[in-house]
Amino acid sequence: MTNTQHKSPPNASGLISDAKTAGKISIRNVSKTYDPDGVNVLALDDCSLEIQAGEFCVIVGPSGCGKTTLLNAIAGFHDITSGQIDLDGELLCSKDKQAEPGADRIVVFQQGALFPWYTVLENVVFGPSVQGKMSGPKAKKAAEDILAQMGLQGILHSYPSEISSGMRRRVEIARAMMNDPKILLMDEPYRAMDALTKTIMHKNLLDVYDRSGKTVFFITHDLEEAIFLGTRVVVMTTRPGKIKKIIDVDLPRPRDFRILASEHYLELKKEAIESVHEEAKKAFEAGERELA
Amino acid sequence: MTKNKPVFFMGINLRKLRKAVFSKTTLRGIVAIIATGFIWELCARFEVPIIGMIPAPSSVFSSLLAQIQDKDYWECWVYSYDRVLSGFIVAQIIGIPLGLIMGMSRNFRDLTFPTLEILRPIPPLAWVPMAVIFWPTPEMSIIFVTFLGAFFTMVLNILGGVKNVDVRYIRSAQSLGSSNKDIFWRIVLPATLPSLFTGMTVGMGITWAVVVAAEMIASRSGLGFLTWKSYVAGDYPVIVIGMISIGIAGYISSAVIRMLGNRLTPWLKII
Repeated sequence: MTNTQHKSPPNASGLISDAKTAGKISIRNVSKTYDPDGVNVLALDDCSLEIQAGEFCVIVGPSGCGKTTLLNAIAGFHDITSGQIDLDGELLCSKDKQAEPGADRIVVFQQGALFPWYTVLENVVFGPSVQGKMSGPKAKKAAEDILAQMGLQGILHSYPSEISSGMRRRVEIARAMMNDPKILLMDEPYRAMDALTKTIMHKNLLDVYDRSGKTVFFITHDLEEAIFLGTRVVVMTTRPGKIKKIIDVDLPRPRDFRILASEHYLELKKEAIESVHEEAKKAFEAGERELA
Repeated sequence: MTKNKPVFFMGINLRKLRKAVFSKTTLRGIVAIIATGFIWELCARFEVPIIGMIPAPSSVFSSLLAQIQDKDYWECWVYSYDRVLSGFIVAQIIGIPLGLIMGMSRNFRDLTFPTLEILRPIPPLAWVPMAVIFWPTPEMSIIFVTFLGAFFTMVLNILGGVKNVDVRYIRSAQSLGSSNKDIFWRIVLPATLPSLFTGMTVGMGITWAVVVAAEMIASRSGLGFLTWKSYVAGDYPVIVIGMISIGIAGYISSAVIRMLGNRLTPWLKII
């Protein structure tokens, strides 16, 4: 198991760790074919991408372009058809080996996946508890610390259904950070949120990112979000998913909402919109053809 | 702040309960029940055709006063409860693990589900003659058909519950480093609890229906037998008492299960 090899550093709160040295992902010539009902669907076509340790890498592209397929392969939820993915120079998965899901690569899901039957505190200590990594009281203390850092100290004993969706997402990130992962895999985590809540979520996530220096693999449809958050924005083509363009986002950090009005931000946004729009149009036309 | 804070007693929100009890809706309900009783009494007194055959509330009430002092009446309660609980508990002991294993293991499901589906549509009461033949005592045969009433409902509800566990929760738990054992105990089981209690509630209802009929057919004790015996003896008020007693007994059983369910699934906040 990878998570036992990866010893956590002495500072057990898990927020500050061997940043920039762990969490490098190398995706090499990865393809994935789905085979539902004997019809081969090529979801990913020869994708190669190097994600540096500590990078905030955002993947954008039209629906069905294989973004989530790539994330699931890294997370270990399914296999790939060819190519290979390495994590910190070690083979994570290839066509013969599916990655094993583990606490070094924690996923934050689109609709959220806090366990409804556990309180906030029970959710946050879940990782260390099942891994047997920390004693009960120690895990509880660490969880309280992390939640307090994120401004969530008042809801320790609430159930997820009793708190707002924004709080739920923050708790979920706290739950991930408790495990001191090498990489955070986020699959459109803020999709269903209103614009105002989103900005608060972004601020919160950037705080965690700036503090921890974790590698983040972030999928979204929202280009403003992509450029505001990312170190690089990777635009994927419509199915079969290939990497079309990589936009370097050289905006200074720490970032706040003021950069949304800066000229450079707007230029980058324009570049991204043009690139994605082309693909969205192709995807739409392909969909029309399929229906016709 | 403290004024609106819910006060809980055995998982019941007392403030909400008080608000619900002392309300216009309650008042209307009481008025309606009294009116129904009054009309019923009139129908009986004036011997309205068909419906007038039902003994009047006044005669039922005076008969009830006699019954509640009779040891035999309370013994009927004990017998029926004994059968219901025995059948129901055995259905839990066999049905819960069976449903869980069927949900978790595709191989096991493929092997057991077809047989179960063939047996399931047979109404429990259709088993009575066969049960009387193959069980050594009539008592065991009654408990057996009672068991059948709850068993299939339990298995199907739990199986459905396990199959409907959102894959996100399982993946999330895997991603957080869970073993298969953790996934079963910490994800699948709590996620299935609501379906389990739905199965219990429905199963308890069926159990009472089955036990009453089985007592009428194959027993000389219990609330079902009391009702039937009174019919044979022509003691009409006691028939009504038997019917109402069965209703109350069923209601109490469901209430206990609901309370248990609310306690064990506090995240659902039904009340």
